[in-house]
Amino acid sequence: MHISKRDGIVAWKAWLVRLLAIVLALLVDAIIIFAVVRLNPIDVYASMFNGAFGTEKKIWFLVRDLMILSCIGIGLAPAFKMRFWNIGAEGQMLVGGIMTAFWMINFAGKVPTWLLFVLMIVSALIAGGVWGFLPGLFKAIWNTNETLFTLMMNYIAIQLTSFFVAKWENPPGSNSVGVINRMGDVKNVGWIGNMFSKGYNADYGWVAAIVLVLAVAMFIYLNYSKQGYEIAVVGDSENTARYAGIRVRNVYMRTMAISGAICGFAGFLAVSAVSHTISTSTAGGRGFTAIIVAWLAKMNPFVMILISALLTFMDKGASQIASDFGLNEYVSQIVSGVILFFILGSEFFLNYRIQFAKAKK
Amino acid sequence: MHLEKAIEMKNITKRFGSKVVANRSVSLTLYKGEILSLLGENGSGKTTLMNMLSGIYYPDEGEIFVNEKPVEIKSPKDAFDLGIGMIHQHFKLVDVFTAAENIVLGLEGEKGKLDKGAVAKAVREIADRYGFEIDPNQKVYNMSVSQKQTVEIVKVLYRGANILILDEPTAVLTPQETEKLFTVMRNMRADGKAIIIITHKLHEVLAVSDRVAVLRKGEYIGDVPTAEASQQSLTDMMVGRAVSLNIDRPLAEAQTDRLVVEHLTVKDKEGVKKLDDVSFVAKAGEILGIAGIAGSGQKQLLEAIAGVQRAEPGSSVRYIEPDGSSSKQLVGMDPLSIIKKGVLLSFVPEDRFGMGLVGTMSISHNVMLRSYRRGKTPMLDRKFPKQLSQKIVRDLEVVTPDIDRTPIRRLSGGNVQKVLVGREIEQSPTVLMTAYAVRGLDINTSYTIYNLLTEQKMKGVAVIYVGEDLDVLLELCDRILVLCGGKVSGVVDGRNTTKEEVGLMMTKLGGGN
Repeated sequence: MHISKRDGIVAWKAWLVRLLAIVLALLVDAIIIFAVVRLNPIDVYASMFNGAFGTEKKIWFLVRDLMILSCIGIGLAPAFKMRFWNIGAEGQMLVGGIMTAFWMINFAGKVPTWLLFVLMIVSALIAGGVWGFLPGLFKAIWNTNETLFTLMMNYIAIQLTSFFVAKWENPPGSNSVGVINRMGDVKNVGWIGNMFSKGYNADYGWVAAIVLVLAVAMFIYLNYSKQGYEIAVVGDSENTARYAGIRVRNVYMRTMAISGAICGFAGFLAVSAVSHTISTSTAGGRGFTAIIVAWLAKMNPFVMILISALLTFMDKGASQIASDFGLNEYVSQIVSGVILFFILGSEFFLNYRIQFAKAKK
Repeated sequence: MHLEKAIEMKNITKRFGSKVVANRSVSLTLYKGEILSLLGENGSGKTTLMNMLSGIYYPDEGEIFVNEKPVEIKSPKDAFDLGIGMIHQHFKLVDVFTAAENIVLGLEGEKGKLDKGAVAKAVREIADRYGFEIDPNQKVYNMSVSQKQTVEIVKVLYRGANILILDEPTAVLTPQETEKLFTVMRNMRADGKAIIIITHKLHEVLAVSDRVAVLRKGEYIGDVPTAEASQQSLTDMMVGRAVSLNIDRPLAEAQTDRLVVEHLTVKDKEGVKKLDDVSFVAKAGEILGIAGIAGSGQKQLLEAIAGVQRAEPGSSVRYIEPDGSSSKQLVGMDPLSIIKKGVLLSFVPEDRFGMGLVGTMSISHNVMLRSYRRGKTPMLDRKFPKQLSQKIVRDLEVVTPDIDRTPIRRLSGGNVQKVLVGREIEQSPTVLMTAYAVRGLDINTSYTIYNLLTEQKMKGVAVIYVGEDLDVLLELCDRILVLCGGKVSGVVDGRNTTKEEVGLMMTKLGGGN
């Protein structure tokens, strides 16, 4: 057997391989489901599908979650394109969320709503931007390791969040902030969907629209702008960048500020459009999941949305199986894990060809 | 005497993807006790063919016989087991290990023990037998390029190779080192080993080999005994038509000072002086050659002028405007400042992918590297670099599937170099610096580049040519600056000097005894 790299593959073949991977994954899963828990695989798959698309509400939840995940992925894209391993999206998102909550709690009703939104968004962008800029600055000047640095910044952000949760505790003693602006004069002020119409689908419709615009903007920025070109050159070879007159330090700092700012914006969305509260689990590990999203999508924002959709679908499906069949989450995670494994595995066959040598003699 | 066949390849075909045929039905024979030169232009499939012997690629069609027995070489290990050893252009050594440790790396010792004494002894025996100079206990990071190559060769011999393949071994060596390598190769031949050498330097082919096999565009053109060949006949065979092998050296009329370098000193990260108080003048309308043993400060010299490398205080590089009106101090400026000052400095660096090109990008994106700032909008102008790429591809006969899709790393070395040189010349520079501009290029492409440089010179550009091939330096350059250990050993007139004189100056300051 001989493995060699492919020069490329036609699009329809690539999709055929991916489809085949999903079919295979479902087959393997069927065996696992039957062997381990003695359930009818078809029922389980139906339940999974149901968990994600069962009702209009569920579809909206799916859209909301996948869009926020995409938003973080879009934030990571410029950093990763520069080969700057920003694993600090979690923290960048949290500080963005803190700033959003700050304005919502303290200024709702005191300033015009449009101004409140401007303050929320701008401060979330700045906070996330600073959280990204700092590791960029240290890398540019002292060549510090960005992976450790961004990771550490996460812990600082988590501690900051705990501090503000304690400060803004509502009701006292609950150790949580509770839903901000839930009733009274300031009911729903600072909730994004409340700007024009009411209801969760308005909230989530906004999220989807904003993230789609961001995806288009990031795609253009990375592929068609001068700065995007500089990012790509720095990512491939710092020396070549310097040779071409690109100031590598500035590119590091600028790009990380942008990356952090978008992740901070994801924090704004999470607070203003989704939970309407802030807690240490506002990011909820999505800052890390988004790394997989950005990476699998090879920094293409549109593909990120597809991959986020897949991951979110799996997640929703897994919890639905767990509740429908009274299984623990682990079994359902195995089921979704197998699907993911096959889809990722199919990438290998897209990049490499396997030849079987002719039989000897 | 040439009776026993060491290797026979029959009707070998290798395709990459559906379109590219790297080798088409190639049949090649190598006899024991023979040195065979494999000759061909860039991209003619020499390295691919050899990679099938060393187990890196597997042929799509055809058969391979080693010692007259049919074999399947599916991995480098299979190749080793058959006694085939390949020395690649890029060395694969562990820097922090000694020569001996590198040599036994990956071999199964007895019961997992490493008897360093025994290894060192065996290494010395091999060295004595063939005339290598090697210290088994020296760390690789302390070695010169030539010493590293020696380690690579001893490594394959230690593993019992009887068939050696050397891929452009002389590209990185000085003439003296090359001569030593040839002596070793002759000793190995006398010992009955079979050797294939890939090189672009025809005088080396004539000097060392017994027979020459020529590939052109993936096909086997034929082979001739070296005794019956000449540089001209081999070139014609390789290119497929008669080619002129003369470098024109016209004298430009107006030669004015363009770059005045004074007391240029550059230190590396450890504070070691890599360039020590270098002063010279580069004139518009001349090609100034820079000669020196590899690592004598050539890299630092060009990089310091280009603003990529920091120069020590007291250094001065003055750029004099073509109209002679004013001059600018380049020391202390980074490349962007130099561009903004309107100084059109072109630079073909030594390490193409480490500096100069972005391997993962297409030709057109690489061409853009110099011009992407054009236009006032924050968006890229993609049309201009595309047109420029098309022009470079057309003018320099770059072989490529496309200009805006295939990563440039996938092109063969010669084509990559053409794109780089083409881009730098298209900037219409006033100073053109090139480091090893023809390294790894076939003879036809090399001459294209020599002519381009001369053309630039005649346009009034100050050309600085860092080269390793003394024959070319003597034929191409108006003046030659010789570096030795980071210092200027002397400047000689290219028209009235000899290879010996320059060679001596390379190894000893001033060239005296």
